[in-house]
Amino acid sequence: MAKRSIPEINAGSMADIAFLLLIFFLVTTTIDSDKGLQILLPQKQEKTEVTIKPKKRNVLNVLVNGNNQLLVRGQVAKLEELTEEVKKHVSNNGFSPDYSESPRLAIVSIKNDRGTSYEMYIKVQNELLRAYNELRDEKSQELYGVNFENLGENAQKKVKEIYPQKISEAEPENVMGDK
Amino acid sequence: MSKFKKNSTKGLPAINTASLPDIVFMLLFFFMVVTRIKDAELKVKVSVPKATEVVKLEDKSLVSFVFVGVPTEKLQEVYGTSPRIQLNDAISKSIEEVILFIEAERAKLTEENKAKMIISLKADKEVKMGIITDVKQELRSANALKLNYSTHQGQIEYND
Repeated sequence: MAKRSIPEINAGSMADIAFLLLIFFLVTTTIDSDKGLQILLPQKQEKTEVTIKPKKRNVLNVLVNGNNQLLVRGQVAKLEELTEEVKKHVSNNGFSPDYSESPRLAIVSIKNDRGTSYEMYIKVQNELLRAYNELRDEKSQELYGVNFENLGENAQKKVKEIYPQKISEAEPENVMGDK
Repeated sequence: MSKFKKNSTKGLPAINTASLPDIVFMLLFFFMVVTRIKDAELKVKVSVPKATEVVKLEDKSLVSFVFVGVPTEKLQEVYGTSPRIQLNDAISKSIEEVILFIEAERAKLTEENKAKMIISLKADKEVKMGIITDVKQELRSANALKLNYSTHQGQIEYND
């Protein structure tokens, strides 16, 4: 009896099938891009609550108007100067009478118009976060010799205590309008 | 033509494509791993701004998305051309729907995760802060305080 050989399965079309699947996945999915600026909103306050007003020197006022122009400490400023200004303010430690008394007391107050563009707002937020991140990096370099993000949990907490992020957002004005 | 002729030296030998499926499958698995299925169809145009100090959203199950932008061309007849808020699959009719949305999303989470809930705000860079502020106020009312402004990672331009 002749030995019957099993016919080989033709795998020539396998590539086509796989390509089809690949293209299907390419079309129906998005590349992961869930990144962003993390912030914590303040709790909604009851009207009866009494707020302690911080000292004037401890507050750095940042204003953005409806034309996306920046006013820092009452003076027109450029966006690229903001980070330096915030760092100077927060890390002053009572040195200059115009800036904050200590990093713990330092507050950055930001106020924008309803007509400010979201892009500008993000840019300003980014600069503020950058200032704090740089300060924390410097501190952790000084204390532990590594950057803030490479620190352990406890060490991170410690650095965060030295430079707490105090960004306050005032209710926006409606000068330019958002319509 | 003789029956037992040696293979002629003329003509290129066929390239072996047997490993092609393997290569394509590898690509396929790569894409399956790094991508995720679109969960909501965008009804508003969103082009998020750039920032440098970005944080990656780790746990997807804790994140709910709020989209803000101008309705797409097809929907502009119905919803107009001013920026609107999209929650889930539909453009919201009023700002108050944000609270209901947050409550519904929070109900999906387990008890211990409820406090960890993160809202990712995907807003177009062209929109004005007015609508963003309204959304933020609603989030505060709903006690959803962990907010993430969705951005691309990249250098920002200083052009004042």
